[in-house]
Amino acid sequence: MIRTLPSTKFYKYGYNAFIILYFVLLFSPLIVIMLLAFNNSMFPSLPWNGFTLDWFFGEGPEKVGIFNDARNLKGLRISLYVAIWVTSISTLIGTCAAFLFEQEEFRFKKFFYFLMIAPLVVPGVIIGIALLSFATSLGTFLELSLGIDVRALSPGLFLVVCGQCSFITTFVTLVIIARLKKFDRSLEEAAFNLGAKKHQVIWHITLPYLRPSVIGAAAVAFLLSFENFNTTMFLVGSNATLPVTLFTQIKDGSTPVVNAISLLLITCVSLFAVLNFYIQRRDAAKAAKS
Amino acid sequence: MMNYRKHKIKWSFLVFFTPVFLWLMLLFVIPNLELFRLSFLLMDDDGNMVFSMINYAAFFEDSVYWLTFARTVGYSLIVTLLVLIVALPVSFYITKVVNLRASGLLMVLILVPFWVSEIVRVYGLMLLMRESGIINTLLVNMGLLKEPIEMLYNDASMIMGLIYTTILFMIVPIVGVMDSLDDSLIEAAYDLGAQKKDIWRTIIIPHCMPGIMSGCIVVFMLVLGNYITPSMMGGKYSLWFTQQIYNQFIAYLNWNQGAAFGFLLLFISSFVIWAALKLTGQKLTEVVK
Repeated sequence: MIRTLPSTKFYKYGYNAFIILYFVLLFSPLIVIMLLAFNNSMFPSLPWNGFTLDWFFGEGPEKVGIFNDARNLKGLRISLYVAIWVTSISTLIGTCAAFLFEQEEFRFKKFFYFLMIAPLVVPGVIIGIALLSFATSLGTFLELSLGIDVRALSPGLFLVVCGQCSFITTFVTLVIIARLKKFDRSLEEAAFNLGAKKHQVIWHITLPYLRPSVIGAAAVAFLLSFENFNTTMFLVGSNATLPVTLFTQIKDGSTPVVNAISLLLITCVSLFAVLNFYIQRRDAAKAAKS
Repeated sequence: MMNYRKHKIKWSFLVFFTPVFLWLMLLFVIPNLELFRLSFLLMDDDGNMVFSMINYAAFFEDSVYWLTFARTVGYSLIVTLLVLIVALPVSFYITKVVNLRASGLLMVLILVPFWVSEIVRVYGLMLLMRESGIINTLLVNMGLLKEPIEMLYNDASMIMGLIYTTILFMIVPIVGVMDSLDDSLIEAAYDLGAQKKDIWRTIIIPHCMPGIMSGCIVVFMLVLGNYITPSMMGGKYSLWFTQQIYNQFIAYLNWNQGAAFGFLLLFISSFVIWAALKLTGQKLTEVVK
């Protein structure tokens, strides 16, 4: 049953076959996407008409490659722009929240902790429509009462950033809290005893200790933001992010240019995964040494 | 010493509390309250907003709405159960069966596809399964099929897609708790002659319950609130409740109706999560970690 126990041949082969099937099913969609990006055809399907790089570098008029595809490149730029803002804001607030819930005592702490968790169990669609309603009501109110038209409150990138921060900050907070819980508070006590001020302790002792988890949380925030669709689709306005334009293209019937851009995304993510794997292994080795 | 620190805590508290408070209030609490308020409003003949329950009444009167709602909740529960059934043996394999060196590598392999956007993953499934897709082409070329069949755009393909896009969120928490299960417990039960199903029922499942619970909650949430997979892989009649919300907001511009739908979705998701936690005697703050 487990690796130290004997099991029948039938059970062992059956189990291995199940796991192999799982991995084949897991990866075949991604592999198919990547292979068809190189097919010399107008459609992302078989038959195989030979190898081409046109869906990457093609200049049209028949095949416009991804590097010449204004619509997708714009989507990519907008997604990166949004993701950078969301990562910065949510990491900053999330770090504050981690300190708040781990190191401070205050009234209604339990209630606020619950509120902090709540965005995690509210569907993204609802976060989107709630923020859209609030921003629109606020915008109308400001215009009627003060006569000012706040452009940022109508659908657009500002609202997208707000909507994504609303729940991504919770992820960031939980990641950082997990590490802060393991922090040895006597290190802080020692620094206080040596005359350090609270902000010095945080800056020189606690934050360096938290650094790996802050970086990890920022990476998670970036990924979550970059591929968010549910919240974004209500808030996006005319500047579509990459997932939103990809969705429209796939619904309307796509050319293999979607495969090309997917291939680039898959490659980036895999490189990122390998990098992350090595960093973790290195850190684990370091921790084992000390 | 204590006085010194108490005095200092004040500003640090404010520095931490202010951004967190603004985040929760401006981006979460007030928007949801506003959504709640909108769901009770109706524009009367003079163009004024008046209090009304009509948005909720419309939900119960028009069978399209509540049938879609019931379907969405029912399918979400089924998908969650199916995901659990597939995820348990996979997690068990990674943590307990395969040798330790391979285990880390397999975990990375499981994670990577889920870092790719959901749209891309579903697109890959579509390329495989649609009428002109890879599976059909291969089957026809091998002579197993006379002509291609459409495998997409029905409830079965939608359920498959939903399982495919959410299973990681079941595997990760279960692997987390299964890792901490001491192998010697299973060995002892085995030596005492316990059957496999008894070992699962009395040792493995109870130990993994916190992980299973958090996996189920996250998967249920993701499936219930999913928009991409039902729209891309479901058929004409595979309406998902999020699509109804989208239609009210974007197509019909009836925000009050959409707000009511949003609240019904929020209500049912909170209720199911609450009931699941009550049944297994766990706390939300413990489960989401």
